[in-house]
Amino acid sequence: MSGGRTAYREDVDPAGLEGAVAGLLRDGWRLALVAGHDDGDGFRVVYSFLRPVGQRRELVVRLPHDRPHLPSLAGLSYPAGRFERELRDLFGIEPIGHPMPRRLVRHGHWPSGWHPMRRDAGPMPDLAPDVGSYPFVHVQGDGVYEIPVGPIHAGIIEPGHFRFSVVGETILRMKARLWFVHRGMERLFEGRTPDEAIELAERVSGDTAVGHTVALVQAVEEALGIEVSPAVAARRAVLLELERLYNHVADLGMIANDVGFGIAHIHTQRLREKLLRHNAAVTGHRLLRGGVGVGSAQWATEPDLALVAEVAAEVAEIVALTLDHSVVLDRFTGTAVLPAELARNLGTLGYVARASGLTVDARADHPQVALGPGFTPVTQEGGDVLARYAVRASEFAASAALLPLLTELAAVGGEGPVGAMGLGGERTAYGRPDGEGSGPAAGLGVVEAWRGTLCHRVELGPDGRLTRVKIVDPSFFNWPALPVALADTIVPDFPLANKSFNQSYAGNDL
Amino acid sequence: MTALALAWQVLVAVALTPLLIGVMRQLRARLEGRAGAGVGQPWRDARKLLAKEPLAADGAGPLMAAAPLVLVVSSLVSVALVPLLGIATLAWVPDDLFVVVSVLLVGTVALALLGLESGTAFGGMGSSRHMMIAALVEPTVLVAVYALSVPVGTTALSAILQARMTDPATVVSPVSLLALVALTIVVLAETGRLPVDNPATHLELTMVHEAMVLESSGRDLGWLELGSWLRLTALLGLVVNLALPWGVAADLGVIATLVATVAFAAKLFLAGAIIAAAEVFLAKVRLFRVPELLAGSFVLAFLSVTASYLIV
Repeated sequence: MSGGRTAYREDVDPAGLEGAVAGLLRDGWRLALVAGHDDGDGFRVVYSFLRPVGQRRELVVRLPHDRPHLPSLAGLSYPAGRFERELRDLFGIEPIGHPMPRRLVRHGHWPSGWHPMRRDAGPMPDLAPDVGSYPFVHVQGDGVYEIPVGPIHAGIIEPGHFRFSVVGETILRMKARLWFVHRGMERLFEGRTPDEAIELAERVSGDTAVGHTVALVQAVEEALGIEVSPAVAARRAVLLELERLYNHVADLGMIANDVGFGIAHIHTQRLREKLLRHNAAVTGHRLLRGGVGVGSAQWATEPDLALVAEVAAEVAEIVALTLDHSVVLDRFTGTAVLPAELARNLGTLGYVARASGLTVDARADHPQVALGPGFTPVTQEGGDVLARYAVRASEFAASAALLPLLTELAAVGGEGPVGAMGLGGERTAYGRPDGEGSGPAAGLGVVEAWRGTLCHRVELGPDGRLTRVKIVDPSFFNWPALPVALADTIVPDFPLANKSFNQSYAGNDL
Repeated sequence: MTALALAWQVLVAVALTPLLIGVMRQLRARLEGRAGAGVGQPWRDARKLLAKEPLAADGAGPLMAAAPLVLVVSSLVSVALVPLLGIATLAWVPDDLFVVVSVLLVGTVALALLGLESGTAFGGMGSSRHMMIAALVEPTVLVAVYALSVPVGTTALSAILQARMTDPATVVSPVSLLALVALTIVVLAETGRLPVDNPATHLELTMVHEAMVLESSGRDLGWLELGSWLRLTALLGLVVNLALPWGVAADLGVIATLVATVAFAAKLFLAGAIIAAAEVFLAKVRLFRVPELLAGSFVLAFLSVTASYLIV
């Protein structure tokens, strides 16, 4: 892997960006993250690309402060277009040639011309009356009507507005408007030491505490040239699997509950609670906070493998009961199909992508721990609710089966290189490994969290404090897939379809 | 005297109804391994709601207050007309099958109008689904009870019940069994139970009955809840009395009426318990499968009518 690092990060001119990115995408690279930076004297935009196994590339574009114009890549990559809209909102960097240069992160009540990630942004001004909402597309025709849902919902979930254009019961078009929970998360990281950043990372998205924390510490370790022992890497992998277990079991129940099959829900809730109490015993926190640190990973007590195996057996039974139910199976099958082609073009990740037949799993593509040849990502071909349910069910079983191997690795103790991602450079004064181009010490963390591949990119100042943290939750890639999958779905099936995607609102809107 | 007996019947039905709902919810909770809120919770809910001031959405008209009352009155009238405790009837209000179905339909229409009244998308959606189901349910009810009325020669429910009491063998005839199965399915559909509607859901987009009452609150919501529960008592009571015609008072005597009250409560709770237990194992069918389910029940009812001419 270290061979691929010669041109790990390179500067490109704005004019040459499109050609460079097109070349990378053609060679099988995936755009994982676009991070903007306000360096005071100008803007710097970093494009991070990933390719299996364990390879990364970064392109850096510098823009003047007074005329921050960036050539749009929306025509090359759908996710790139979304990242550009995010840059436009947060930094005021204008994507030139973007087909839909509308607000993304800032909803309509944010004052125009105020860009919170700029150094000179100042305190947040008061929210204004709606100044920037672009209108919903008005679908016209006989019997077409609109159903506005949210942003406040009947259940205890996060805010999101869904606008359905419906004829009869069939959804013609659905527009999701999210971004009502912006907390300025990335800004909050700035100025903290990496150790102080852990508590923030654990709170980016409550159900992905381990995923975000591991991504952050990996990025920090790469920036500082810290190598962690295989035992630490294995312990992090164990915690990630424990996170996957308690989230997947809850989803398996809630998907069943949305078709009125309450008994499966009740039992998965019981099992989730069992796992949460087990989590509390392992790291001292039910959501597994407190287990991961920079260069370290620890637990209070060893994971109880017998308990996990017992829960896995019960989950297998609940899954069998659910899928043997003909009405449940009928509701799952063919509902909200996301075809593989669209899943690939939208850049979906995690179980959403795998249910549509795409083999994307950072555990295999960017491994931290050798899971052995026995590990292959679970995939399904259907792309419907059934496929997303089945992927979760199989992943639950696979995670439970992986845990004995991982806990064994964690117990072995730490000699030898971590492998895949270690930079191998010497740690210098502020920790930046030598020979990595110009600019501040930077690192990228790539983790297969339970929802999918999650990235953090950090930069550290000379004083060892974070100057920039860019977070990309898999939900950022997966949200646009939901309206696409709703073609030919009926309104009463929407909650089921939505639950089968189960995207994060908080992880998406930082 | 008859009026007194009917008043007693309405009183019993109103008293038993929240308990019936409570028993069904509690049993389902226990079967699923939950603690449950207790059998008295629906009664406490109703008492709480009826004491609260209703709030109406901007632009909502007088129907917001009127529709719940129409629903309750239609439910009370149907509870009075259906022979739940005895077969005594008032001369001036026929307990004719067609009258009962029409009275229930008045409540159905009131609910649908209520859904449209506040002008929200959910209400209209619920109303349209509700009317779709009602349009499929009503013919089945009529045809099923018509099949039962053919051997008796009248559509008066009390006469049909009386014939079954005097000759219980007719209960297990093919005609009767087919009609009862058809009736049971439509009762579940009409009262918003699984597999047609999920009374426990919080998901607005999947709702049928709950979507129509989303905008109602306080006293209005209390009447709506009571009215809907009473429909369940009336329809379920009719089915259990047709299936198990024992214990129904043949005269207006005090002892016979008390026996009938106890017997009716036992039968009603038994039927409620069976539905609650079955709901644990049921899931909600896709909305567009509901017509298939109800068409199936209509076919059963139709077969029952055919059989009533062929077999007798």
